[in-house]
Amino acid sequence: MFNLPEIWVPAASTSASDIDFVYSLIFWIVGFWLLLSEAVFFWLIFRFRRRDGVRTQYITGELKSEKKWITYPHLLVLVCDVFIVVAAVRVWYDVKQALPPAEQTVRLVAQQWAWSFVHPGPDAELDTADDIKTVDELHLRTGTRYHFKLEARDVLHSFSVPAFRLKQDAIPGRVITGWFEPTKPGTYDIQCAEICGIGHALMPARLVVETPEQHAAWMASQAPPVSLAAHAAPRAQE
Amino acid sequence: MATATEVHGAHAPGHHVEESWVRHYLFSTDHKIIAMQYMFSGIFMAVIAGFFAYAFRMQIAFPNADVPFFGLVSPGVYNALITNHGAIMIFWFAMPVLLAAFGNYLIPLMLGADDMVFPRLNRLSYQVFFVSIVVLLASFFVPGGAFGGAWTMYPPLSAKGAYSLTPLGSTLFVSAVGLEFVAFLMGGINFITTAMNSRAPGMKLYDVPLVIWMIVIASVLFMASVGPLIAGAVMLVFDQQVGTAFFDPDRGGDPILWQHLFWFFGHPEVYVVLLPTLGIVAEVITTFARKKMFAYRTVLYTVFGTGVLSFTVWAHHQFVAGIDPRMANIFTITTLLISVPIAEMLFVYIATLYGGSITLSVPMLWALSFIGTFLVGGVTGIFLGASGSDIYLHDTYFVLAHFHYTFFPIAIIGGFAGITYWFPKMFGRMMNETLGKVHFWISIVALNCIWMPLFVLGTAGDHRRIYNYSHFPDLWRPELHNIRVFATVATVVFFLAQILFFYNFFRSMFRGPHAEKNPWRANTLEWTTESPPPHGNWPPDAMPSVYRGPYEYGHPDRKDDFWPQNVPA
Repeated sequence: MFNLPEIWVPAASTSASDIDFVYSLIFWIVGFWLLLSEAVFFWLIFRFRRRDGVRTQYITGELKSEKKWITYPHLLVLVCDVFIVVAAVRVWYDVKQALPPAEQTVRLVAQQWAWSFVHPGPDAELDTADDIKTVDELHLRTGTRYHFKLEARDVLHSFSVPAFRLKQDAIPGRVITGWFEPTKPGTYDIQCAEICGIGHALMPARLVVETPEQHAAWMASQAPPVSLAAHAAPRAQE
Repeated sequence: MATATEVHGAHAPGHHVEESWVRHYLFSTDHKIIAMQYMFSGIFMAVIAGFFAYAFRMQIAFPNADVPFFGLVSPGVYNALITNHGAIMIFWFAMPVLLAAFGNYLIPLMLGADDMVFPRLNRLSYQVFFVSIVVLLASFFVPGGAFGGAWTMYPPLSAKGAYSLTPLGSTLFVSAVGLEFVAFLMGGINFITTAMNSRAPGMKLYDVPLVIWMIVIASVLFMASVGPLIAGAVMLVFDQQVGTAFFDPDRGGDPILWQHLFWFFGHPEVYVVLLPTLGIVAEVITTFARKKMFAYRTVLYTVFGTGVLSFTVWAHHQFVAGIDPRMANIFTITTLLISVPIAEMLFVYIATLYGGSITLSVPMLWALSFIGTFLVGGVTGIFLGASGSDIYLHDTYFVLAHFHYTFFPIAIIGGFAGITYWFPKMFGRMMNETLGKVHFWISIVALNCIWMPLFVLGTAGDHRRIYNYSHFPDLWRPELHNIRVFATVATVVFFLAQILFFYNFFRSMFRGPHAEKNPWRANTLEWTTESPPPHGNWPPDAMPSVYRGPYEYGHPDRKDDFWPQNVPA
């Protein structure tokens, strides 16, 4: 009832159900208005179809008693708008505007036409020697709030994860910070949602959400040989 | 030979000069001929852009298969097709047909004038428009091919050939858009000036038919909003070809600046094409419901309100583009506010039907279906204007379905309503009703089958401008792909149905039964002259005067159920 998009796409982050709530609230409000207006509209067409001997009525619509038929619905639309604005702005504030503290930070880098991801290694700090860098595969664990640092190398891209209901454009020359908190293990699509050239459709990446145990096992499998790790220079701070 | 017609211009109606075919049809200053030039150019471009839509819809439904009559759609070609489909449908179809063709045709005729006040500026406007078409079509034949960075032309993709791989195509594309704007600026000056100065004696502002009001307000909106985009287009061409860095982040430019310039124009633009159609629909429903417009002045006030508000909503296209998140709150409020006057306007239109005597002729079917479908487009806009849900829906097929549910009623349904309604005046012949109704019903069912399913796809996460969904495991599910195929089949059915329209249109133009002066028994002034109107519109000694408003249907003091504007009390 209040999570309509979940019929089609799983909800795998804490904000997903909030955004589904706004979607569904709007769906029921505007669905009601749409059906009501269409019903009145079709009824009028049927009721006032041309009949022999029935003369059309002369109604200016300028009298108060006539105008109320559009004034009241229009005030009701305004009231509905207020409800929608409040719901939308609250969710927007939580998802995009507020930045709650996070346990870990990941870096997401878009370029023509691939995603590269930098995960903090076992020390849980980004930009240290044990960072895990991957291409087109992002590993996150459930129950952890992440900050992301989104960058683009060349043109605009957009980091889009339908299962998180999250979308954020990446802009060359800027680092955009946001957050998410995965809730449901599984593998999900990562898309580029902003046209970025002929390879725009060729930027699929996979998001792997794991339980903390699985995630630790994955991290262990990624540990580089000791000699390499010692020489890996930390990435320069932005 | 030029002097006789040039000096007196279009203002020598009684003084008939034999003109060559070229002079009459290609270099005419007569507003009716210029309107026809705009209309036929617009329809020609719509056929091209429609063919593009056929090609890329086929590619989505049957990836990497040869598309019949087209061939293989590669990723680069796919991007060029969607980009030019969008740009052509808006700039080279909706605007020339709705604003320029109906504006040019109707303004002098409905105001009782013999022509536009600046006939030669009018001709220049069409000529510049024609050049813009040539420039746009040329972009398909330059090395690298046509621009494929979406009709929104976001830099840095559009600014650097190394990113877009279409160094020449993108410059030609931006230049064509710029030229098109110049043409419409000249047209807009003409529309506004004519409406202010050339009204028939006795015609007060509140006696002006709604379609003229709407076209004039649309011109004002266009002229007030287009400046930043023309500036932006010049900056973008400079970035492409001269090496400036307005939008280049590596050298201190800002790509987001373009988005503000583009959408500051781009959102009022929606109303630039919406308003003429609302006007056309007002004329048609009052005529065929035999009803006075319900609250004529309220309609105008809601249009003024919408016009002003439309300048304050542009950033709702940019919620997730990296703007300051606090800004989104302001734009959510303004965007939802704009739903109030628009909803009220549609309520007024629906209320107009009350107490009428409705004949479901072909123009009326189109006009009513505009209201029925535009309501869907209107309410689905709320999902996108609300920042919270737009985080998910931005750049999905939900957006695409929403704006096609607005633009399709505006451009195609509104265009059909206008063409079928004024066809007898334009060509002096009647169209075939039966053929028109068959065409209507197939088209209207097909169009809902095209876009209603796309709301589902958008909700399921289908993102836009993707030539092949098989790369995305979550989207490449049979139940979702069946929806894509269904929409494509509906698209093909829709295009096939248009053959009926073109057959009816051209056959009626030459073979249809002759139309009388006022076949619909309507009130406005264009119906008081011959069909088609002669050069100068009325005999110089019989220019009409106006005694009342345009919608006096069923007046109790009168035996007939209509009361033309020019008939003395």
